[in-house]
Amino acid sequence: MLTLVGIELFKVFRKWRTYIGFIAIGVLVPIIHIAMVYEGKNTIDFMTRNIQQSFVFVGNLLNTYLISYIVLTSLTVHIPFLITLVAGDLLAGEATAGTYRLMLTRPVTREKFVTAKFIAGVIYTNLLILWLALMSLAVGYFIFGVGELLIIRGDMVIIFEQKDVLWRFLGAYGYASLGMTVVASLAYLFSSLVENAIGPIVSTMAVIIVFVIISAINVELLQSIRPYLFTNYISSWQLFFDNPLDVEEILKSIGILILHIVLFFGATLIIFKRKDILT
Amino acid sequence: MDSKNEELVIEIRNLSKYFNELKAVDNLNINVFRGDVFGFLGPNGAGKSTTIRMLLTLIKPTKGSIKIFGKDLFRDRLSILKNVGAIVEKPDFYGYLSAYKNLEILGKISGHEISNKRIMEVLELVGLSDRYKSKVKTFSHGMKQRLGIAQALLHDPDLIILDEPTTGLDPMGMKEIRELIIHLSRDQKKTVFLSSHILNEVEQVANRMIIINKGTAKVEGNVKDLLDATNLSVTVEVSDVLKAGSLISESGWSEKLKGISGNRMEFNIGNQETAQLNKFFVENGVDVYSIVPTRSLEEYFLRITQEAI
Repeated sequence: MLTLVGIELFKVFRKWRTYIGFIAIGVLVPIIHIAMVYEGKNTIDFMTRNIQQSFVFVGNLLNTYLISYIVLTSLTVHIPFLITLVAGDLLAGEATAGTYRLMLTRPVTREKFVTAKFIAGVIYTNLLILWLALMSLAVGYFIFGVGELLIIRGDMVIIFEQKDVLWRFLGAYGYASLGMTVVASLAYLFSSLVENAIGPIVSTMAVIIVFVIISAINVELLQSIRPYLFTNYISSWQLFFDNPLDVEEILKSIGILILHIVLFFGATLIIFKRKDILT
Repeated sequence: MDSKNEELVIEIRNLSKYFNELKAVDNLNINVFRGDVFGFLGPNGAGKSTTIRMLLTLIKPTKGSIKIFGKDLFRDRLSILKNVGAIVEKPDFYGYLSAYKNLEILGKISGHEISNKRIMEVLELVGLSDRYKSKVKTFSHGMKQRLGIAQALLHDPDLIILDEPTTGLDPMGMKEIRELIIHLSRDQKKTVFLSSHILNEVEQVANRMIIINKGTAKVEGNVKDLLDATNLSVTVEVSDVLKAGSLISESGWSEKLKGISGNRMEFNIGNQETAQLNKFFVENGVDVYSIVPTRSLEEYFLRITQEAI
């Protein structure tokens, strides 16, 4: 199994498309930082406009934590696209290239083949989130330094002490990795159904966008199905920035994300095991 | 080249594969013995590749059974595939990797320890050792086909399944592959299951063969018997078909006459009789423009091939 995972990782990281996500984050995050050098003060003024008359803000509010928090909010739509680029290609790419015939005529079970590919996809996903974390926190640290984290939650302004922030980010990035693994699992499931990587990428993004729209529309009927949409839980990394921390809610969300991963991966296994390789 | 012994390497029984209404393979029975070069012949779309995909567990049969090395293929898949090397249809590889890396990956999952030396050996065997570092996407179709053969032989399997292995090769390349198949069978005692749509190709290397069309077996047996020269059919083109016809009807040749079309007369005769017939026409003042021998099997194969088109 380890050999297979090694082979799949080798294949993933020898493809140009794998680096698109890393390059995109490597370019995008510094751009956000540079923009915040010029516009950061206005952003903080805008965030605190309703309470400026009541409170005086002192200290370094424009810091790496604030910017990392803003970057993390892109998780719902933008980062999933980068995940699907690779996860959607894992199986469909083999079908397109006709290389199923090479791999599956060897003494390797289909279950192991699918699992090894999935593990490679999960490793890619987690490395991408790790890269996002490193870029967000490290670049911001060198430009802005650290400080208190100020966030707006509805009508509330929450300010975390500097020493109370880093562990929350570690938790949030860990949670984000799990959320993105759900996206990877869905793209992987679609990838097992078709013979072209474009289909899984488009389908996964379509599902995410539709779910996000349904969640955002404030109609009772749509709100009632919101708890059943996995996208609702992907953005729950924000729970790590609640004060006090709602551990029960975090564990529930983690459980739901894991359940989705198991369901999507299980379906992929069943589909692929029965699949006739015709490409 | 008769079957070397009676040990069955491939045993296909009542094999069928339906894709909805389409019967791609229908009730196929095949026996391949150890040491055979078994020709699996049929026109395009006859069901050859579907059968080969079932032999390699890429496709599940609708019904029927396959035994390889005496074991049920779908129950003992892993142990069987350790000893099988194959090319299935066109040779596809990871184009972004070198020829060497492709083989290295396949070696790692072959169930055997494959050394770097062995990888270079098979690349040498197929004439690609000087391009081992080149990415496969830079290879021509013929080079990919050679690499396909290299990967099939990499783990030194007992059974080699080759699906149209000479497609895309130049005449010299085709000859080399034929020689390689003969070498594998004769010198290395491998069993080769060779699929082709070219009768001539199978005839040159196989000892036994089957012809399938529309998923069903049409002819099966020893290649030598099936292609025996005594089954020859000869088409003779003459200058004066009326005179020739009259001469034939007054002679013993009339029994051998199969039919007349234009100024062509078709006879069921062997090699020796062809020379006598030619002499008969010339001595009786009928010029012979051409004599074209057609074996009945070849004729039959051509007919089903054309039907398939």
